[in-house]
Amino acid sequence: MVPRTPRRSIVAIGAGGLALALTLAGCSAGGSDSGEGGATSLTFLVDNGEATVATAQALVDAFEAENSDISIEVDTRPQGADGDNVVKTRLATGEMADLFQYNSGSLMQALNPDQTLVNLQDEAYVGKFDENFVKSVSTDNGVYGVPMGQSMAGAVIYNKDIYAELGLEVPTTWDEFIANSEAIKAAGTAAPIVQTYGDTWTSQLFVLGDFNNVLAEEPDWAEKYTNNEAKYVDEPAIAGFEHLQQAFEADLYNEDFASATYADGVSMVATGEGAQYPILTFAASQLMTTNPEAADVVGTFPIPGGDAASNGLTVWMPTNTVYVPKSTEGDKLEAAKKFLEFLTTPESCDIQAESNAPQGPFVIEGCELPDDVPAMVSDMQPYFDEGRTNLALEFLSPIKGPALEQITVAVGSGITSAADGAAQYDEDVKKQAQQLGLEGW
Amino acid sequence: MRGLGWKWGGGILAIVIALVVFVVPFVFIVFTAGKTQAEAAALEFSWPTEWVFFENIATVLQTRDFLLVRAFLNSAILTTVAVAVMVVLGAMVGYVLQRRRSRWNPLVNTLVLAGLIIPPAVVPTIWVLQGLGLFKTLVGLIAVHVAFGLSFCILLFRAFVATIPRELDEAAIIDGAGPVKLFFRVVFPLLRSVIVTVIVVQAVFVFNDFTYALYFLPGDENATVQLTTFNYISQSVSSFNLLFADVLLITIPPLIMYIFFQRQIVAGMTSGAVKG
Amino acid sequence: MTTATAPGRTSTSSGGPTPPQPARRGRMKSPYPTWFFIPAGVFYVVLFLVPTVASFYFSLTRWTLFDVEFIGFDNFVRFFQEPQLVTGFVNTFIYAFVTSGSKVVLGLLLGVFLSSQIVARGFLRATIFFPVLVSTIGVGILFEVLMDPFGGPINEALAAIGIEGPAWLTDPSLALLSVALVDVWKGVGLATLIYIAGMVAIPQEYFEAAKVDGASAWKNFRHITLPLLRPATVTVVLLSLIGGLRSFDLIWAMTGGGPGFTSDVLASVIYKQYQAGFFGLSTAGNVVLFVVVAAIIFPLSWWLNRKGDDQ
Repeated sequence: MVPRTPRRSIVAIGAGGLALALTLAGCSAGGSDSGEGGATSLTFLVDNGEATVATAQALVDAFEAENSDISIEVDTRPQGADGDNVVKTRLATGEMADLFQYNSGSLMQALNPDQTLVNLQDEAYVGKFDENFVKSVSTDNGVYGVPMGQSMAGAVIYNKDIYAELGLEVPTTWDEFIANSEAIKAAGTAAPIVQTYGDTWTSQLFVLGDFNNVLAEEPDWAEKYTNNEAKYVDEPAIAGFEHLQQAFEADLYNEDFASATYADGVSMVATGEGAQYPILTFAASQLMTTNPEAADVVGTFPIPGGDAASNGLTVWMPTNTVYVPKSTEGDKLEAAKKFLEFLTTPESCDIQAESNAPQGPFVIEGCELPDDVPAMVSDMQPYFDEGRTNLALEFLSPIKGPALEQITVAVGSGITSAADGAAQYDEDVKKQAQQLGLEGW
Repeated sequence: MRGLGWKWGGGILAIVIALVVFVVPFVFIVFTAGKTQAEAAALEFSWPTEWVFFENIATVLQTRDFLLVRAFLNSAILTTVAVAVMVVLGAMVGYVLQRRRSRWNPLVNTLVLAGLIIPPAVVPTIWVLQGLGLFKTLVGLIAVHVAFGLSFCILLFRAFVATIPRELDEAAIIDGAGPVKLFFRVVFPLLRSVIVTVIVVQAVFVFNDFTYALYFLPGDENATVQLTTFNYISQSVSSFNLLFADVLLITIPPLIMYIFFQRQIVAGMTSGAVKG
Repeated sequence: MTTATAPGRTSTSSGGPTPPQPARRGRMKSPYPTWFFIPAGVFYVVLFLVPTVASFYFSLTRWTLFDVEFIGFDNFVRFFQEPQLVTGFVNTFIYAFVTSGSKVVLGLLLGVFLSSQIVARGFLRATIFFPVLVSTIGVGILFEVLMDPFGGPINEALAAIGIEGPAWLTDPSLALLSVALVDVWKGVGLATLIYIAGMVAIPQEYFEAAKVDGASAWKNFRHITLPLLRPATVTVVLLSLIGGLRSFDLIWAMTGGGPGFTSDVLASVIYKQYQAGFFGLSTAGNVVLFVVVAAIIFPLSWWLNRKGDDQ
């Protein structure tokens, strides 16, 4: 019912934008106010998403209560590509806040961490981090970030009531998934698969969330891809594009898929208007805001691939990660490190879980999810416990083409075939790799 | 004459069509801005069952720490300064260009025309602004607007100066006025009517501009109103009442301009144009 | 309408009718100093001319955050190979010609109509013109809602009279034209006013003479109005073509170039490449746009104006 909302997504999973080296940040807070007397005052730059600000402020309040000699002021920046610009500019000009929150993975790699960020490799708490998380905030030379938030998955969220009513089982292969969808279509009460191209970034999930299955078939695919040896037009990676096309051709999408938005999509699954929706599990927070009554109705399963044996989740590390720029020095650096250490404590995790609905398991040893998390989050835990997870491609390779979301919209809308779409994306990736100056392209 | 039938029949038909095509959309903005969130989500063209118009306006203005209020301030500064600079500099060029035959004239005329037609090269402009330390500053955006808007001003001024008798200049010169005094004391005041036109047309243009703000003043920390509205969309999913309250707010300044300066706006937009 | 400033088309061309300036006083002390050009020139040269010239160089480079690498014509090759970029190129022409053509036809009809003796003429003119002044973003947001395929007011209204409205902005074959339609809605007021101004400039004697000859209304239109409105037509064509070729904000606000790439135009492609950090490619797009605009507008304006002078 709701028209599309242009551009900019809540999380810049697709933004991937590089920014121009800007000389002047348009932001407040130069981060230059020096500590008065014994107290050290820090600035902490976070994106202006309501949830991020609330979490950051709650953490700061708790930290200040324990450390009366340190005061931290939370500052905000825009999200999406604009925010990327601000962060890069301020880093490049040495005007960054004393602490800042930013993405992990390839977006973090684009910050030139070796030159701009403080290396945390030798801090004791790094040992408590999930191995996958460490990968997502490291270069060959160091470890740079501390998580503020949980990991999440690119998976299918589904309405358990519909599944129960029709006697369906959670699918472990793509064929089962399609069979389920056909059954739901035949029942006629709900849209089998929800797509929401009003927010274009949501169209990428069939491709990005399929990566566990790609790695299952070819464990070194990410490396080959970075080296210009593996392509999306070939098996196994083309499967994601084919799934989009196949589901479109089988007429399994909701009627208003072209104009519906992300918020609509989550509501549809919650209310039973739609049955299954491939999305990032941070949708838990949207669900708890708009449809809290459906907390136990909406569940999660991995995007299925060809082989039931390798069925597993494609995982995103916490997009909210806290870094310290090299421009923070002396007392401020000490204070900033203290804050980072605080972030890794169970106390901090509890505050995070409280101030914002969890989207998946924590990545710090000793941090537990509360018992009352929504079903779509608790459904993920077994996969983590059994080790049936793989990192998403953007944490394993610095290359992500900027046009993927338009290409997947085109494939999912029947404008472009899967093969053409994959070929277009390979070109897009090539552009990006050349721009990054990678070897072999 | 078949006058009466045409006069009334055609007129009334036209009024009905104009109401449906042009007035209804604006009424839709007002209605939606007056509705509660739930009612606005239905997207219906209907009288709000419950008017919460002023509450919505207040909410929009207060959102995110009065962001929109700050944006209005930014837009006001941007518009005032950019237009003021354009008027003075444009008048100077238009005046000399018309009065004096110098070997520069063909070049200047060509550049003026080029400025009207050629699309600005965006990223290199950012590159220059960066070099000057003006990228992402209001000053930078003002300078860009001046640079891109001068051509239009010069054309209008040049045309108008042609209607001022030279005898006036000569009288002033005989009275001992230097070039600067001649221009600012004698000629400039005579340009009043065209100045009003230029101010109004350019003010509307600068205030409404979206593209240049998007490129040269990105980020919503110190954005202009157009940009804020655009950014607002992604944040208030399905709060159509607030979105349209916002749209209504940014529509008001041009509306006021139009009511008071209808004649000048129309004159400026058509006269400069008809002469090409 | 234009009385405030428009001194008619007769007395305008710069310096034309004015007598050459007598070299009475010494060359040095002209009362019209050329340095008056300088302040405006600084803005123009620094922020318009320099970037324009520089764009030719940067379009041949791979330009990143940190350095510039010369890569020859690769960017242009890419521009004309990648289907998504080619779409933008083709769409630019479709969009420009559709909007410009519609504005000429509708503007002419409305201009003539609103110059005739009808009631509420002032109201009608004001109503049609107002959208010209409203912010493009506002209009874009408004119509995105009005054109919503499910429950949007336009389709609801069409349904009420038994027509099933199309998916305006989400149907790949229609999205670009839907945006063009809104562009015409917003811009037709200006075209209309230019035609009205042109009508005012037609001396009444022509019509009176025609009346004596007993000419029909159609003949009047065909043989008096249309030819004498030629300058107005030239203006409308040029203005709307320039605007249409460079058009960005309405498309960006309404579809963002989507669905997929189906409503991308050059200007939106340029912005997307910029946003993605491909500064060299983005600038190459700018050069393409520059060439397209120049290659169409300059010859066209020369041709139109020359034919005008012949008569």
